[in-house]
Amino acid sequence: MSDEERRAAAASGLLASEETHRALLQSIVDTARAIFHAKAASVFLLDDDADELVFEAVSGEGEGELIGMRFPSSTGLAGWVLVTRQPLVVDDLKADPRHARQAAESTGYVPNALVGVPLLVDDAAIGVLSVLDRPLDRPFSTAEMDLATLFANQAAIGLDLLRRGRRARALLEGGEEGAAAVVARIAALLDRADDEGDGLRLLEALERVLRRLD
Amino acid sequence: MSDLIPAWSLTADAVDSIALPASWPDRVTRDWAIGASTGAGVDVCILDSGVEASHPLVGGLASSVAVIFDGDETRVVPDDEGDVCGHGTACAGIVRALAPDCRVHSVRVLGSGATGTGDLILAGLRHAIDEGHRIVNLSLSTTKRKFAELLHELADDAYFRRTVLVASAHNMPVESYPWRFASVISVGSHEEADPLTWYANPDPPVEFFARGIDLDVAWLGGGTMRCTGNSFAAPHIAGLTALVLAKHPDLTPFQLKSVLYLTATNAGGAA
Repeated sequence: MSDEERRAAAASGLLASEETHRALLQSIVDTARAIFHAKAASVFLLDDDADELVFEAVSGEGEGELIGMRFPSSTGLAGWVLVTRQPLVVDDLKADPRHARQAAESTGYVPNALVGVPLLVDDAAIGVLSVLDRPLDRPFSTAEMDLATLFANQAAIGLDLLRRGRRARALLEGGEEGAAAVVARIAALLDRADDEGDGLRLLEALERVLRRLD
Repeated sequence: MSDLIPAWSLTADAVDSIALPASWPDRVTRDWAIGASTGAGVDVCILDSGVEASHPLVGGLASSVAVIFDGDETRVVPDDEGDVCGHGTACAGIVRALAPDCRVHSVRVLGSGATGTGDLILAGLRHAIDEGHRIVNLSLSTTKRKFAELLHELADDAYFRRTVLVASAHNMPVESYPWRFASVISVGSHEEADPLTWYANPDPPVEFFARGIDLDVAWLGGGTMRCTGNSFAAPHIAGLTALVLAKHPDLTPFQLKSVLYLTATNAGGAA
């Protein structure tokens, strides 16, 4: 990839919409659910400021209802996965009445089996991938654990994109008046620019705007 | 020799003063290592989410503390909250099942929020080493590089003070600690159901594989839960180490690792 292409990719990534990132995460949880033949799969994002986990994508049970729902970051099993960086499989959650009560109160759905994998980006744990109620006709194997962690890596990248996109938009919206509009115009012009030099000049302008916002 | 002067070198007239016990058998067998041992007298610390002391599979605790934030500083306080998640209880139950007469201590470092966990782990580990616990089970890790150096120092300190750190490994694409350090015993899972089957890995950084798949573990409320994860493999090795130490209390972490290696199932240890 040339430098120009990298810069164009970076700019388009920055400006990708919340919907695009959400669609990516949704696709990831849909696939996770399918791979493990599970009733549900979710991605949680850690909200550092509030120290809470937030549902960002849900496939299956709770789909469309749980997005945005929050709970404390380190008291439940998903929280434990997050803070210890350790994948965890639990196969009879209903044996823990406290868990069942908490789940019922918060989501209305009481799963019996959970696969939780931390979502790691660089040296930070940014969330958790959770797969609920896979078939329990045989134990979870070490190979499946490897698959889950590989898949979590993909989910971590998707979640990180969503997080970065939000930060970039917040920065633009919180910046000086009109900055977001300028960037949007640059992005639109970039899309239409057929000459490579035009594209480069537009990107340089975009960089200048971003530097002023830093 | 005075304890105040570090032994950086050895003078000729001091050789006799460091005579070592020479009671090693021709072949280190499981019978020599753990035969008839119940772990009696060995202090095992569970650095985790707390432990439910009243759980029948835990069988009581010798001590229980929590590490909390007091402003920006960490502080060790008596723990009256027990286990906030269930995980520490699970680990304690595994250790107790293997070493029924060991003394189990709980240091709770999890449960007060995701932010600052690294600081709590460091402070908890420091406390466990200072208390002189012979074994510390760490079914957890941190990915924060800023903690890696401090953890490394603590792990080396533990090693020289004869505290064995047993840490669960994990197979994530990001570097995590402390399990990767050579001074700790790192543990992954095998798929067999026997708690006395363990394998030495000729291809580290994961050094041993122990039972970690599909096992019933102690959980909150006095019950059990069927779980899978390297988190549950580490306490198996911690429990086995307690059995060895009860019979051979003078062994260093280096020697303990060698004994676990020589008695591993793939080293003919089960024969």
